[in-house]
Amino acid sequence: MSFKVLVPIKRVVDYAVKIRVKGDKSGVETNGVKMSMNPFDEIAVEEAIRLKEKGIATEVVAVSMGPKTCQETIRGSIAMGADKGIHVDGGTTDLQPLAVAKLLKKLVDKEKPNLVILGKQAIDDDSNQTGQMLAGLLNWPQATFASKVDIDKSSPNSVKVTREIDGGLETLSMKLPAIITCDLRLNEPRYAKLQNIMKSKKAELQVLTPQELGVDTNTNLKTISVEEPPKRTGGVKVDSIDAVITSLKKFALI
Amino acid sequence: SKTLVIAEHDGGKLLSGTLNTITAASKIGGEISVLVAGSKCNSIVESLCKVKGVKSVYTVDHPTLEHSLAETITPIIVQLQQKESLSHILSSASNFGKNFVPRVAGILDVSAISEITSVKDSETFTRPIYAGNAIATVKSSDKCKVGTVRTTAFEKAPVEGGSAQVVNCNDWAVPLVEKSLQETQVKWDSSEVKKSERPELTSARVVISGGRGMKSGENFKLLEELADTLGGAVGASRAAVDSGFVSNDLQVGQTGKIVAPELYIAVGISGAIQHLAGMKDSKVIVAINKDPEAPIFQVADVGYVSDLFKAVPELNEAIKKAK
Repeated sequence: MSFKVLVPIKRVVDYAVKIRVKGDKSGVETNGVKMSMNPFDEIAVEEAIRLKEKGIATEVVAVSMGPKTCQETIRGSIAMGADKGIHVDGGTTDLQPLAVAKLLKKLVDKEKPNLVILGKQAIDDDSNQTGQMLAGLLNWPQATFASKVDIDKSSPNSVKVTREIDGGLETLSMKLPAIITCDLRLNEPRYAKLQNIMKSKKAELQVLTPQELGVDTNTNLKTISVEEPPKRTGGVKVDSIDAVITSLKKFALI
Repeated sequence: SKTLVIAEHDGGKLLSGTLNTITAASKIGGEISVLVAGSKCNSIVESLCKVKGVKSVYTVDHPTLEHSLAETITPIIVQLQQKESLSHILSSASNFGKNFVPRVAGILDVSAISEITSVKDSETFTRPIYAGNAIATVKSSDKCKVGTVRTTAFEKAPVEGGSAQVVNCNDWAVPLVEKSLQETQVKWDSSEVKKSERPELTSARVVISGGRGMKSGENFKLLEELADTLGGAVGASRAAVDSGFVSNDLQVGQTGKIVAPELYIAVGISGAIQHLAGMKDSKVIVAINKDPEAPIFQVADVGYVSDLFKAVPELNEAIKKAK
């Protein structure tokens, strides 16, 4: 029996880069900046591969949307163990979560996955929206902020997910197909082996455009400006508990 | 404009983030209503009716809503939007709100605006991006603006002076909930929720957080004692949670909880960007760390370079004396 997992991944500014706001306030500088797979999406790729290793999933399809450079990120997921890659070439248009969710819905209609698993948020726009929006568009059940995913090999029609909620953890069961978004503690992504990285460079990717998928990627949300936050400057270093107490008193905290 | 705020509660009591969200709604102007979906939530409805500025409290009170699920609350909100021609829908940017707000937006075919930190006008909002290292101003021309509110950026609306009308929606809403449960087959199995006598982390006046330097979960007792002296809550860095010292619900940071207390004491925390994203709006930051080069000192108002195992008990005793 086939069991397909679709894993949407985003190419973002590497988590270790100290970002710089552009002088004209139009956005954050991404030219000449190190880019990587969104860390939460890496966790999603890892989880999908583990489902395959457990004999539950039979095919892992990675998809990324954006400019041509996204293909590098897709190849990164193939080097980790994904079977197939799809690139939706959005050119230089900024694809917002709503547009991405609509494009993903079209891909779901085509690919008919049993599960869509993705990161809970991208570390660039910090939106935390795409998975939930896609679940809404498909009227599928959703398990966001997952820290454990359990599928019984003998009845792979449902999933049990432990998710991180405000007060702790909760466990939900739902039928498949479903949407799962990954939190940090779900797993630790593997490093791709060099030989797999070399092989992934030759992998053939399917390339589609939003037009071919019949999706209008315009949205009604415009970014007016992007600015630096007010700077917080450190105060003083003190060398005794008495001095800490004096400061707390000065701030009227005790 | 007509703004709907989705109340966040734990079944027994209203969670305070709802009150901050109502203040954000008041900045938009126009009518404010609140939706309470749950099971046996009379007392929550009663307190919301007293909040100044709230015109109506819609209620859906049914056993199927005992546990908060995106699949059950979403169809209620979507239907209310259509019935009442809502111009705005807001919830707090906790895991509660983040779970269903984008689902609602997707179905309404509108964008969602995450973590609103200020309301410029009814269409224009600011929100942090890149872990708070940049602030974006965004403008929405959607028929209905849907978003989550960063609660630390807004004051709590006072629970007094209001006299909202209660509108029971069970008639039309319960069938929608049952239909969605049927279609999605979602079932709540269990939860592990830590009960604490200390204040809620996201609204506490004082937060004491520990990092990798705490070395073990056991050692968090030192922070709990200090928290109790100051009437505060205990938090943790991602490193401390990932090392298994404490549970995930204590995590402060970009992917954990965002806090902005009057006093934040960072103990044995180096100060990674993603941690700073969760606490740098605190009014006063005190850092205790034995590494004088730790980045936390760059944002701390008061930095004390010391061994935390000696400093924290001493500080606790000194505060008790000074009080």
